[in-house]
Amino acid sequence: MWSFILRRLLYNIPVYLGIILLVMVLLRVRNPVYAYLGKNADAKQIEEFEKSFGLKDPFIVQYGRFLWNGIQLDFGESWKYKGTTVREKLLGAIPPSLSITVPALVLTSLLSITVGLLSAFNRGRLLDRLLVIAAVLGMSISFLVYIIFGQFFGAALPRNVFGEDWPLAIVGYGDWYRLSSVDIFGLTIPVPDAMTWVKFCLLPVLISVVVAMGYDTRFYRAVMVEECNRDYIITARAKGATKSKIMFVHMLKNAMIPIITRIMTTLPFLITGSILLEMYFNIPGMGRTLITAITDMDYPMIQGFTAVIALLYILSIILTDVLYALVDPRVRLS
Amino acid sequence: MIQAGQPHSEPILSVRHLTTRFRTDLGLVTAVDDVSFDIHAGETVGIVGESGCGKTVTSKSIMRLLPERVSRIDPASKIMFRGMNLATASESRMRSVRGDQIAMIFQEPMTSLNPVFRIGWQIEEALKYHTDLNRAQRRQRSIEMLRLVEIPNPERRISEYPHQLSGGMRQRVMIAIALCCEPDILIADEPTTALDVTIQAQILNLMEGLKRKLNTAIMLITHNLGVVAQVCDRVLVMYAGRVIESGTVHDIFHRPQHPYTQALLESIPKRGRREHGKRLPTIPGIVPSLHHLPAGCRFAERCRFRQDQCVDHEPELLETSDGRAYRCFFPITQAPMAPTIGGSDVPA
Ligand SMILES: Nc1ncnc2c1ncn2[C@@H]1O[C@H](COP(=O)(O)OP(=O)(O)OP(=O)(O)O)[C@@H](O)[C@H]1O
Ligand SMILES: [Mg+2]
Repeated sequence: MWSFILRRLLYNIPVYLGIILLVMVLLRVRNPVYAYLGKNADAKQIEEFEKSFGLKDPFIVQYGRFLWNGIQLDFGESWKYKGTTVREKLLGAIPPSLSITVPALVLTSLLSITVGLLSAFNRGRLLDRLLVIAAVLGMSISFLVYIIFGQFFGAALPRNVFGEDWPLAIVGYGDWYRLSSVDIFGLTIPVPDAMTWVKFCLLPVLISVVVAMGYDTRFYRAVMVEECNRDYIITARAKGATKSKIMFVHMLKNAMIPIITRIMTTLPFLITGSILLEMYFNIPGMGRTLITAITDMDYPMIQGFTAVIALLYILSIILTDVLYALVDPRVRLS
Repeated sequence: MIQAGQPHSEPILSVRHLTTRFRTDLGLVTAVDDVSFDIHAGETVGIVGESGCGKTVTSKSIMRLLPERVSRIDPASKIMFRGMNLATASESRMRSVRGDQIAMIFQEPMTSLNPVFRIGWQIEEALKYHTDLNRAQRRQRSIEMLRLVEIPNPERRISEYPHQLSGGMRQRVMIAIALCCEPDILIADEPTTALDVTIQAQILNLMEGLKRKLNTAIMLITHNLGVVAQVCDRVLVMYAGRVIESGTVHDIFHRPQHPYTQALLESIPKRGRREHGKRLPTIPGIVPSLHHLPAGCRFAERCRFRQDQCVDHEPELLETSDGRAYRCFFPITQAPMAPTIGGSDVPA
């Protein structure tokens, strides 16, 4: 198993180096400094700026330096926020994203796997039809409608249910994460406590659950319908297994591979967060921070964030392979 | 009704007028039509017939394993087993019968086992549902069962996965699962069709031996008459959902009454009698579609002895005093086999 993991890691090193190369090349197609400093900057200013960030060095030197510093999680200083490192920005942006995406993913997966199982097992019956209609309905209604609905819902609730600032949770309260934080390695990392979480994260979480449920339910239902037609189901029934044993033991374990794949492909998004939700609810997570950095032309930030996100993708793919091997005995040998 | 081979003992399973219908896109079809037979303790009953004649549906009707939504067992059907009518028994009642009193093995050993659970777990599962054995005892019992079905190294095999076993080995595991609660009846639906010939013989021998050892009755579904000759006591020949002939293996093989049975027998390759360049006779034509069943005898279209009467009227199932039955106006050897029951309006 360990050699399997090691092999996967080694395979992916050239892939990762290629991604970094591509990102750095793309960021230098037009001189980022011109874009950052604007039209009014004179040649001397540009020259100095480029020198101070090592942009005058040959590309290969810049590439090597970025990699070397990147290994130490040092992506330099933000252009826009002078005195703040990209690393600080990164570490600060991850918890707000996670506090939305993790509960959303867990809830969505548990609910839609169960609903998909029930729907598949009762396929063709009334229950299945209703669930399918609900899923299609959920998919057809866009994010925006949910958000508008959420705003109405949130604003319409009595003001003091969750305290005075409840409606502020909907929009325009960017500092919520400062309300509570923990110190790790000398860095202040914002982590919401339970009450703060309910106030500021519950609604975005519920919205993303409802939006994702439709897609996930349909996917898991299709997976389970396929499992329903396998021969081992009849064998289990012929043994005297109950329906719930068949569904939640026999079928679920077989369906773990597509389930893991689906969940794993969404893992990187856990960290990057939902850009739409983060923009709308003013959540200072990875998605919003990256978008802001792009509009600000904050080139060290873009580079650093992209490098980290690419790394997370690759790691999640490796993790997927490892989990496959754990779940499916047939993968273990080959 | 079909008389038992051993008329003295009470049958353990008694199927009467079993009729199973399916709802399809083209309308209702009757896949099993008025099938009756008995199984006695410890005997092997074969069900033979071409593909699609309703063998699997018959066995799944007994186990009530048909898809509930599209299938329906006619309420007049009776599947009497230990005083209960399985045709109308509740699902929880059926669960206690399945795997414990009536067990089943299937054609495809490669896919019938659950690929993601260990062999031992899959045997123990049946024990968990039907016995009070504790964990260690269940484990002990599944090792015993693997030994019984002659799998080498059962202590090691028990923690292997199905993909680590060959097809023949998997079918042995299926047999171990089926027999671990010592059922009264083992339904084997083409258990050797997917296996190669030498393995087929091994599996059949194994089933024979275990049947003796455990006194389990076997309902063996096959389209291979050679297999029937090897292991069965009595045979039921089915055609397009109907029983067209039944009797002891000896009778069926030596004095078939129905032209279809005869044609089936002719299409078995006979050892030693193979002549080079000569092809085995096959039965011309195909089984009629269940959606367009003929008004007369269902075999008439393919029958070499067909008369006008056969096309217009369907013959009744005639039972003879010696426990045979056939569904034909013009049985092949009439003289010694004169019908005795209900034969007055039918020309003998
Ligand atoms: N779920 C179903 N829906 C509709 N028709 C069905 C269904 N299952 C079986 N049938 C029909 O019932 C008939 C009998 O099928 P069955 O599987 O019993 O044949 P069989 O004798 O076992 O054949 P084989 O030798 O191929 O296994 C077939 O014509 C088939 O089309
Ligand atoms: Mg069949």
